Amino acid sequence: MSYLTLSITLIFVLIPLILSKTLKLGLEKDTIIATLRSIVQLLAVGYVLKFVFDSDSLLYIFMMVGLMVVAATHNAQKKGAAIQGITTKVAVTLISVEVLTQSILLGFNITPATAQYIIPISGMVIGNSMVLSILFLNRFTAEVESQQDQTELILSLGGTPKQAIHRQLITSIKASMIPTIESQKTVGLVQLPGMMSGQIIAGADPIQAVQFQLLIMFLLLTTAAVTSVMLGFLSYPTLFNQRMQLIKDK
Amino acid sequence: MSVKYKPAIHFNHVDFSFGKNPILKGITGSFPEGKITTLVGPSGAGKTTLLKLCNGLLSAQSGEVYIKDREIESYEPVELRRLVGIALQSAPMITGSVYENLTLPLELQGESLSKDDALELLHDVGLEKELLERKVKDLSGGQRQKVSIARTLVNKPEVLLLDEITSSLDRTSLREIEELIVKINRKYHTTIIWITHNLQQALEIGDYTWVMMDGEVVETGESELLKDPVNDKVKRFVRGEAE
Repeated sequence: MSYLTLSITLIFVLIPLILSKTLKLGLEKDTIIATLRSIVQLLAVGYVLKFVFDSDSLLYIFMMVGLMVVAATHNAQKKGAAIQGITTKVAVTLISVEVLTQSILLGFNITPATAQYIIPISGMVIGNSMVLSILFLNRFTAEVESQQDQTELILSLGGTPKQAIHRQLITSIKASMIPTIESQKTVGLVQLPGMMSGQIIAGADPIQAVQFQLLIMFLLLTTAAVTSVMLGFLSYPTLFNQRMQLIKDK
Repeated sequence: MSVKYKPAIHFNHVDFSFGKNPILKGITGSFPEGKITTLVGPSGAGKTTLLKLCNGLLSAQSGEVYIKDREIESYEPVELRRLVGIALQSAPMITGSVYENLTLPLELQGESLSKDDALELLHDVGLEKELLERKVKDLSGGQRQKVSIARTLVNKPEVLLLDEITSSLDRTSLREIEELIVKINRKYHTTIIWITHNLQQALEIGDYTWVMMDGEVVETGESELLKDPVNDKVKRFVRGEAE
């Protein structure tokens, strides 16, 4: 696609702008900022990716993945501010998920060990892991807060912290995983995944595009499960002290 | 308090605060073994915090707490909480049946309560055996509190802490719970420490009373003290002027 053709697609930005102005929605400024940011950010990423792909250097791949982990950690940890050491826990989770998935992909020779595959797949894995972390932390902190009586009940009856928080932990893990599982149930029926659509538009064989999409979806199932479970089991012990007492906000 | 009995729990200059907010200030005193002691005082006096210090749901920042002559920190938390049971004010229940709640303390230890033992417990707390399989969400306030007490008794605690368990009950349920507490005390010789806002209840049921205000114990003694307190603040409280 030429830049001239791309500039014509700005019609799709003009439509919401006109609607916003006409109906006094007050979204013109946000729409313009969002458009400018997406142009700048995506073009920048495009040029960076081109540079990394051309150089084919392992160091640049590591740097790109590292940058993704840092940005995702920064974003996700805000939702778990009440949990002690949450930044480290989120970072450890994201890194573990990335290492696990790439080890399987590269170890079984499912995808080639090139920047062209590692970086986009890492982006999807880390991005999903970040969203899962946010979903989990949101739910978990709310559960802990609203179910303090239950937690205290189990502790008071001689239960351990793990027993006291078990129900809240399981509820939060399930709640954060459900969107991933549910969206996979309707995939192909309701929406065509963006990556698969992109490949087809770019001229790839639809069957091959589907195969690749299936790989990504299975990968995201693991990402969802490992992220929620790992973050959960890393987080809950910090809610208690050595005397098995629930640490409350002071 | 001049205690004529062996103390089940003893506090020695205990302080507790949440952040910079002092809740308990220099608490010293004993709860006699095998007796019923009521804790009375206005809201925010620190009564619930004191109760939670007794079974290790909270720890004092300074001072010592002794349980049966042993410093509280020398107990493993799990051991302590089975020795000193607590029935919480809101009587929290796990979702499910009465039986599932009664067996919970043993399930936490990897065991289970037999149906016969569960029925005996229900009988002990004055509940019909038909209630065993009933969902806890279908229980009345009084039944819920009785199940909560019965569940605490599963661990056979030597000390039973009760946190305002009758505050939201009607007169009939309140009387039943009072009778139940006396029965538990007499039958199992359980030491009972009971927070109540009901001074008449403290007079009738309690052997001893602690009056707490602003995180301090302002007067202690046999429950009769409530008829003729020495401390001016307690006098006003008893007259209903300091709630």
